[in-house]
Amino acid sequence: MTLIRGTDLTLGYDGQGIISGLSFSVNDGDYLCIVGENGSGKSTFVKTVLGLVEPLKGTIEYCGGLKRNEIGYFPQVSGIQRDFPSSVMEVVLSGCLNRHHSLFYTRAEKKRAEEELCRLGMDRYSSSSFQELSGGQQQRVLLARALMATEKLLFLDEPVSNLDVKTTSELYGMLSQLNASGITIMMVTHDIHPVLRDARTILHFSHNGYFFGSRDKYFETEAGKTFMKEAGHDK
Amino acid sequence: MISEIFSYSFLVRALLVGLFVSISASLLGVSLVLRRFSMIGDGLSHVGFGALGISALLSLQPMAVTIPVVVAAAFILLRISEKSRGGGDSSIALISSSALALGVISVSVAGVNTDLNAFLFGSILSVSKTDGIIAAVVSLVTLFSYLVFYHQIYATTFDPAFARATGINTGRYTVLLSLLTSLVIVVGMRILGSLLISSLIIFPAAVAMKLEKTYLRVSVVAALEAVLAFLSGFFISYAFSLPTGASIVMVHMVFFALASIFKATRTALSRSGK
Repeated sequence: MTLIRGTDLTLGYDGQGIISGLSFSVNDGDYLCIVGENGSGKSTFVKTVLGLVEPLKGTIEYCGGLKRNEIGYFPQVSGIQRDFPSSVMEVVLSGCLNRHHSLFYTRAEKKRAEEELCRLGMDRYSSSSFQELSGGQQQRVLLARALMATEKLLFLDEPVSNLDVKTTSELYGMLSQLNASGITIMMVTHDIHPVLRDARTILHFSHNGYFFGSRDKYFETEAGKTFMKEAGHDK
Repeated sequence: MISEIFSYSFLVRALLVGLFVSISASLLGVSLVLRRFSMIGDGLSHVGFGALGISALLSLQPMAVTIPVVVAAAFILLRISEKSRGGGDSSIALISSSALALGVISVSVAGVNTDLNAFLFGSILSVSKTDGIIAAVVSLVTLFSYLVFYHQIYATTFDPAFARATGINTGRYTVLLSLLTSLVIVVGMRILGSLLISSLIIFPAAVAMKLEKTYLRVSVVAALEAVLAFLSGFFISYAFSLPTGASIVMVHMVFFALASIFKATRTALSRSGK
C-alpha cells in the first residue's frame, strides 16, 4: 500500500526550480533514506512533503488513510531552546495538537502519551524537566512526540547531527524496532550507516538529477559508489 | 491605609487597571522572553512614547493615535527580527531611539501643557474612566486568547518547525502575540510610563523561569509574581509617596534577586547532595 506518491514534481522556491521530473513513492512499512549534498534540495523536499511549500509542478498525494498533517515529524533539534521550561509530558502531548480541538487534553490523549513514552523506555521521566535530560533522552522524548502525531509514518530530518556515537546508534536501534513494528520511516541523513544497514529504499538528490530506487540498486550507481567512497567505506 | 486607598475612586481604578495589565503582560511575557522577543516589547514602548508625543502636538485623542501606530510597529519589528534571526536588535534600537527623539521634540513643541514626566514614567492620576474600560477589555481579550490558544502558543514557542509540520499556523499565533503585546503596552504605558512598561513583560517571566521548570508552572508563577509585585509596589508608592511605576519595577527587581539567590542555592545544594 502506498502512503505518499509524488508524480513529476518540480520543487523549489520563488518560481525557481531545484529538482525537476521527480517521481517517488513511499510504501507502508518502508524505510526510506533521503541523501545528497547540501543545497541539492533535501530541505525543500522535506517542506514539500510536509505541505509547507507547494510544488512548482506535479502532484503529491497522501493515500492509504494518511493525512498530510498526520506525519510524525522529527525536526533537527537545533530549533529548540536549550533553557526552555517544559515537562516531558508537555512536550509529548504537543504532538497530538494536529488532531486536538478542545481546551484540555483528554484522558485518552494522556494515556497515549504515556504509552509512547513507555514504548521508548522513558515512562519514568514523564514529569521530569525536558531541559535536564541528556541528549539521548531528549531524542527519545521528541520521538515519542512525533509518534503522538501519527499512526503510520515518521519523517526525520537529520536526527543525528548533534549526537554522539552511542546515542546515534541507540536512535537507529529504536527506529529499526519501530519499523519492524509496522511504522514507515523516512529519514533525511548525511550518515551512511542507516543507509547501509537499515534502509530499503534510497532517494538521492544531486545537482544533476536524482536517484530513487532500492538500496542494492543505489550502490550500483555512480552516486551510490561516490557516497560510499566519501564516507570511507570503499574497499 | 488600605481603606484610605479604596475611598479614592481614581486609586481603585488605577489599582484594577494595573492588575489587569500586569497579568496580561506577564502571560505574554513568558512566550516573548522564550522566543527571544523581549527587545520588541522595549522597542514598542518607545514607539508608543513617540506616538503619544505626536498626539499631544496635534491635540488628538492619545489612544486613537497610539494604538494603530504601536500595532503597526509591532508587525514591522517582528518581521525584522524573524528575518535577521537575532541580528534584529540593532534595528530595534534604531527604531526605539528615533521614536523617543520624535516624541521628545513633539512634546517640547506642544508646549508646557504636556507633562513629559507622565509620558515617560507614567502617572496614576492620568488613568481616566475610558482608559479603565479599554484596559479591562484588552486584558480580558488577552487572557481569553491565552487560555483558548494555550497549547498552540506553547507549541509555536517550543518548536515552530514541528508545530508547522503538524498543521499549526504558527504565523497566525505570532501575529496574535504581537497584536496583544502592542495593546497591553499601550494600555500599560498610562500607569508605568513608556520607559518602564517593558519590565511588566520581562520580569515576571524571568523570575518564574528561575523558580519553575514546566511551561504551565512558569506561566502560573509569572502571573502570580506580577500581581504580587504590582500590589506591593502600589502600596509602597502610596505609603512613602514614591513614583508608582518605579516602585513597582523596584519590587520586581527585588523578587528577581531573591529568585536568583534561591536558584543558585538550590543548584549548589543539589550539587553537594550528589
